[in-house]
Amino acid sequence: MSQMPQQAAVPKCPSCEEPLESGDRFCGACGYDLSVVPARPEDSPTLAVNGAVPAPDGVDWPVARDSDGHGHPAPAHAAAEVPGTDSGGSPLPPPPPAPPAAPAAGTESPAPGVRLDRPDEPDEYPLQAPDPRLTAEGAPAPVPAQPRPAGPAPAEKVCVACRAGRVDDDGYCENCGHAQPRERDHMEQESGPVAAVSDRGLRHHRNEDAFSVGCTVLPDGAPASVAIVCDGVSSATRPDDASLAASRAAGESLLGALPRGTHPQQAMHDAILAAAQAVNALADEPATAREQAPHQNAPACTLVGAVVTAGLLVVGWVGDSRVYWVPADRSAPPARLTEDDSWAAQMVAAGLMNEAEAYADERAHAITGWLGADAYELEPHTASFKPDRAGVVVVCTDGLWNYAESAQEMADAVPLDAAARPLHSARVLVGHALDGGGHDNVTVALLPFPAPPQGAGSA
Amino acid sequence: MRSGMANFSKSNVPQFAVDVYQNEYLPEGGREVNAIVTVTATGGGTIGSAVAAPHLYSPGQGPSAAVALMVDCSGSMDYPPTKMRNARDATSAAVDTLRDGVHFTVVAGTHVAKEVYPGGGRLAVADATTRAQAKRALRGLGAGGGTAIGTWLRLADRLLSTADVAIRHGILLTDGRNEHESPEDLRAALDACAGRFTCDARGVGTDWEVKEVTGIASALLGTADIVADPAGLAADFTRMMETAMGKEVADVALRLWTPVGTTVRFVKQVAPTVEELTGRRTEAGPRAGDYPTGSWGDESRDYHVCVEVPPAGLGQEMLAARVSLVVPEPGGASGPSGAESGGGGVRNLGAQGLVRAVWTDDMAASTSINPQVAHYTGQAELAQVIQQGLDLRKAGDIDGATAKLGRAVQLAGASGNADTAKLLSKVVDVVDAAAGTVRLKAKVEEADEMTLETRSTKTVRVKK
Repeated sequence: MSQMPQQAAVPKCPSCEEPLESGDRFCGACGYDLSVVPARPEDSPTLAVNGAVPAPDGVDWPVARDSDGHGHPAPAHAAAEVPGTDSGGSPLPPPPPAPPAAPAAGTESPAPGVRLDRPDEPDEYPLQAPDPRLTAEGAPAPVPAQPRPAGPAPAEKVCVACRAGRVDDDGYCENCGHAQPRERDHMEQESGPVAAVSDRGLRHHRNEDAFSVGCTVLPDGAPASVAIVCDGVSSATRPDDASLAASRAAGESLLGALPRGTHPQQAMHDAILAAAQAVNALADEPATAREQAPHQNAPACTLVGAVVTAGLLVVGWVGDSRVYWVPADRSAPPARLTEDDSWAAQMVAAGLMNEAEAYADERAHAITGWLGADAYELEPHTASFKPDRAGVVVVCTDGLWNYAESAQEMADAVPLDAAARPLHSARVLVGHALDGGGHDNVTVALLPFPAPPQGAGSA
Repeated sequence: MRSGMANFSKSNVPQFAVDVYQNEYLPEGGREVNAIVTVTATGGGTIGSAVAAPHLYSPGQGPSAAVALMVDCSGSMDYPPTKMRNARDATSAAVDTLRDGVHFTVVAGTHVAKEVYPGGGRLAVADATTRAQAKRALRGLGAGGGTAIGTWLRLADRLLSTADVAIRHGILLTDGRNEHESPEDLRAALDACAGRFTCDARGVGTDWEVKEVTGIASALLGTADIVADPAGLAADFTRMMETAMGKEVADVALRLWTPVGTTVRFVKQVAPTVEELTGRRTEAGPRAGDYPTGSWGDESRDYHVCVEVPPAGLGQEMLAARVSLVVPEPGGASGPSGAESGGGGVRNLGAQGLVRAVWTDDMAASTSINPQVAHYTGQAELAQVIQQGLDLRKAGDIDGATAKLGRAVQLAGASGNADTAKLLSKVVDVVDAAAGTVRLKAKVEEADEMTLETRSTKTVRVKK
């Protein structure tokens, strides 16, 4: 069951800059999977956080630096000066016959974008090197500067697996066939004092978790922060669509209701109903081509959410995703604030098994409540708390709590400065799950309590 | 994802749809990916109503087509004399089934091939007059001479190529062994004709060689069958011609793209009959190859695609194969298109299917076998064990034949292939169908054995 480890070849985590030790498979700080990181200069960002990331091109092309002063750019390398190979070890296609004045051909009209047109060659090969004409001095202003280190044009995505093929419309490499990382494989978001991180994990082929985070202001001017986390039910059709729709609907519902003065607990109840409606609506849509699953169960997901205000902590859930309370003062006891709608929880509640027995059973994770058109009866659970001290609220899917089941274990995994550095801490928690095996998708949102006043969010 | 293709310049071209049935989940280190690809053509003409109405198309409708009827006129056709008479009547019935406007010819086959109608190296265009003339010419047809089927096919090819039409089809009837040319001659003729026209082949009586007839149909992407009783010929010929008249697009190829490092283990048609296509691949550009499927009317066929992919890590997903359909670009060279080479000059029919591989540590997911794949794996084995069983029986290996045909009975029963089970029961006494226990019958009618062998490749689809 173990994965073949690939030794990390980077001295620092490409995601969070945490120094790494040789042999690390995952970043100890943020849990980033280092096996997917190619050996490359340490200053190259590789993590998709927001927006486009320069696709790795498989060749350590020298970085064409901007001029450090004005008017004296660093010398650029022509493509032919640096030998490279494709993923198969074969030489790259020969460069075009260089025009005599190529390196300084400022007068030559550059192509829009950075793709070289080489009519005499097969168009199998994406551009692997910066066009010297563009990085050389005198590149005309209207041409957008080469973004970041050498990389292919964004319009021509290169496969992250083989670095040789282009990615077709279906999202597969036209050379090696590998599916490309999807946007949802790893997601991070920070909103005011709240942050969330979601990761595909190490064993699942897609991320069926989703989240939404946000912050708003109550009618009295007091701040409120919101987090929703959803876990798609894998045995249903389109679980990833279900979790996305549910998290969005619930988040929007809360952020709409709270400023109007709706009581947070009522707002949470309404948000769960809105999420349920959004998931139910999916059942009527035709399946996408990629998702012609043999089974056609209605899309379904769990939902867990939290609202934090200056004095109140409201949680709501359906399913087995959880909320934990971790006081800033670690001598105070942490707590789990939700009761799973799960087979194991029901067994324990009914006194038929103790917790250890129940969770050891293979049916433990069978859920007894969910959002979706085929849910028997929707029972949104909500609860309201008035914590007497500062702390952090952990909202997560079972992809995390499987590796920190008890409240104490969760508290031990949460960094001490979680309230001040929620995004960093969420990454640490995801890393905790990945280090444990990452058997499921992992999603966690962190909300400091009490909600800090607006503008005081980032420490 | 299933997109309708662009309008053809010709009318009545069907829409193609591709559906893929597979278990995409592989265990860690797993490499073999199996998928059943169902290709369905709809929306052109309708074979269904053609069965009820011989003249489906009014003049000028339907795709342009040319048909060559090849009738065995060797000396043996006179024993019994009803055979020649039935062959003449059947050919007349087929001529009656030609829709107006279709080009056609009748060829008499012996050790040489002779034009019976219209003659002069031309094709006739079907209408009331030419149909009547053709039937009159058939009445003068007598038996005498040998059998050299390769010469019939070559003449049919020459005549069919004189018309600029979309569909070219042959119907071949023989009653005896191909004795007056070498097997190599027949093979060369089949190679020369493959891809130029499709051809159904029928054996009448029981003095012909099953492998010769099925070999002709297989090479020319048509059907093969036995008509043991010559009285059944007319109905069979009418049905064959109706099917031919329902064809709307010719030279369709199944195009298979596979990623780098992937090996195609096999590609075979598995419904309505088992037809091995693996060795008939024509390269079609980088990492793609075309497999011939012949001409299509409104119909549905299933293909079993098996590829071996390089293993990837758990959680990885890759495209193991992409299946699409292509036809030669219309408006190219007129006359027969010939074998397509290199993938140039083809039109993609739009529909495509994706065969995927996803590695998982979920044992329940990776160990389950897709029902379609399981079913057709069994159907292909059924065809194979019947063939092997009959061969062993002919070679006198009673134990071997009993074991193979017993397995066949078991497979036919389990998969619900009732027709094949019935044919098997005429060759073996079934003791226990579920266990595959059988005894070879002491005396087997030759017609029954030949029927079983000829129809051994017929499959049934998965019970829905």
